[in-house]
Amino acid sequence: MAVIDNTDRSTAPEKASPGWFESVPTAAWALAAIMLIMPLLANDFILFQVFGWTFILGMIALSLMFLAGYGGMVSLIQMSVAALGGYMVAIFGTSGMTDISIGLPWWVFIPIAIVVATIFGTIVGALAVRTEGIYTIMITLAIASAFFYFTRQNYAIFNGYSGFNLIVPPQLFGVDWRSPMPFYYLTLVCAVLSYLLVVYVSRSPFGLALQGIRDNPRRMAALGYNVTAHRIAAYAFASAIASVGGILLVWQNAQISPGTAGIPAVIDILVIAVIGGIGRPIGPFIGALIYVLLRTFSPDVLTTFGMSGERFKLLIGLGFLALVFWSPDGVLGMWDRWKARRARRADPLTGETET
Amino acid sequence: MSALAVTEPAGRLESVSTGSALELRGITKMFGALAAIADVTMTVQSGERRAVLGSNGAGKTTLFNCVTGDFLPTSGTIRLFGEDVTTFPAHERVRRGLRRTYQISLLFGGLTVADNVYLACRGVSRGRFSLLRPRRGDPLLHRAEELIDAVNLSESAGTLVAELSYGQQRQLEIALALAGAPRLILFDEPAAGLSPTERAELIRILTSLPGHIGYVIIEHDMDVALRVAESVTMMHNGRVFKEGTPEEIENDPEVQALYLGGGHG
Repeated sequence: MAVIDNTDRSTAPEKASPGWFESVPTAAWALAAIMLIMPLLANDFILFQVFGWTFILGMIALSLMFLAGYGGMVSLIQMSVAALGGYMVAIFGTSGMTDISIGLPWWVFIPIAIVVATIFGTIVGALAVRTEGIYTIMITLAIASAFFYFTRQNYAIFNGYSGFNLIVPPQLFGVDWRSPMPFYYLTLVCAVLSYLLVVYVSRSPFGLALQGIRDNPRRMAALGYNVTAHRIAAYAFASAIASVGGILLVWQNAQISPGTAGIPAVIDILVIAVIGGIGRPIGPFIGALIYVLLRTFSPDVLTTFGMSGERFKLLIGLGFLALVFWSPDGVLGMWDRWKARRARRADPLTGETET
Repeated sequence: MSALAVTEPAGRLESVSTGSALELRGITKMFGALAAIADVTMTVQSGERRAVLGSNGAGKTTLFNCVTGDFLPTSGTIRLFGEDVTTFPAHERVRRGLRRTYQISLLFGGLTVADNVYLACRGVSRGRFSLLRPRRGDPLLHRAEELIDAVNLSESAGTLVAELSYGQQRQLEIALALAGAPRLILFDEPAAGLSPTERAELIRILTSLPGHIGYVIIEHDMDVALRVAESVTMMHNGRVFKEGTPEEIENDPEVQALYLGGGHG
């Protein structure tokens, strides 16, 4: 996923009819082609660990972007919602904990996981929408940490500290979906579908109304909208996306434990969304790629310079600080400003740029 | 500006309607120990055009906020088209045909003019939660275009609202209030900050509204207020001070002493 996104708010693709594909820029087609043939270019580690993880974290951060960018609600519960989805897969599907796991078939436990996680996210949303701004962050963080401690101390359902292991995707069509190439395509398809869904919904009455509520909740009520119900519905929508991310995450790791949704992981989702930029749906995927690259390769870089490889968080933290200082709207904001500067440098008479 | 084809109210709404559009009985709103409005009783008939006058702090905007449901009154009852809506949330009142504009424009700065008006049209119809994008032939899109045209903003339809001029934002405020099937509109100082040309345009928009749409207008500019209203309520210190026709109010010596010639408005 790269930095090209032409769904400019002001030139809304309302006329998206037969010729919609003409409005997709060439760069996006090129990116799609590269993504499709990536298994020819990259090794298994890159496919599974770097791209697989990027798409998963990108989806979970995308659910935050939807709430924060369109709804003005910064929710820290998204990672917990994803983890609950993952737990449901472990509990209702099969895992190494045969005492707890029920062993239902995939077409039962996947819907259960999505529904349960979505209900959980919706309930948290119903509480959180009664607050604004920093208080939304605080109450969702409080519930996220309660979720963490609950899963760590509950042995009957969540198997406490050790959680579940040996959770693998079902062998569908005779394919091992956890081997690198199938897993790459599985996560790619899920990520692209959730991205396209968010782009599409952002121009639907529901998405537009959400942006109206972000800009001016009082006026939305004066136009006949039930602002509270709309915000809660946004949590439900975002939670469904996060839960799919959570299911993929548990398959990638083959295990889930309280630490999956520990406070550091919860904060990481926010960091990813902010690094990428919450203005447009592509931002979280850019943020996730940067995060995963740093997380994967900075230990090597650090050890080269004779520092402990565990200090990768220092790099992420410094990068985050630098970004918030110079570009509070993330990498997307830097990209937009770079484009604007290029446009200004264009010929003053004809207004033409090199592109 | 010609075609202000505001749709007729839906039959379901019409059935609960009686002669009066708005009936206020003893409305009081306290902010701590301060009574912003005290014991206001007022009736606006269907289709009536009423101006509310009064100096700053007379409680005019607070009255509007109570009627729309932004504030709950401390005591008193509000009946809208015959139905007691005193405890209804704001959006339920809007769905019954009430609209308002705000003194300070409350618009959606991150969206375009077209999106703003489309949202207003969608707010009082079904499908507010629809995840499907509007199709090209969507009647609400068409209706939004008409409204944008009615307030002379067609050329700015694709512009982000945050980039509009002040006068254009005021015009958009009115377009939002006209969406759907309004039966009673509360205009809160629609002329404030407008140029003389824009004021003339505003008067034309208001006087050309279809007859079944009543409105209550708060206006400091007497030229505007007395030209667009059939009746006038004068407020002072949170209470109704005088009611009458524009001529009666204009010629009332008490009113002149208090407001028109008082010089402290």
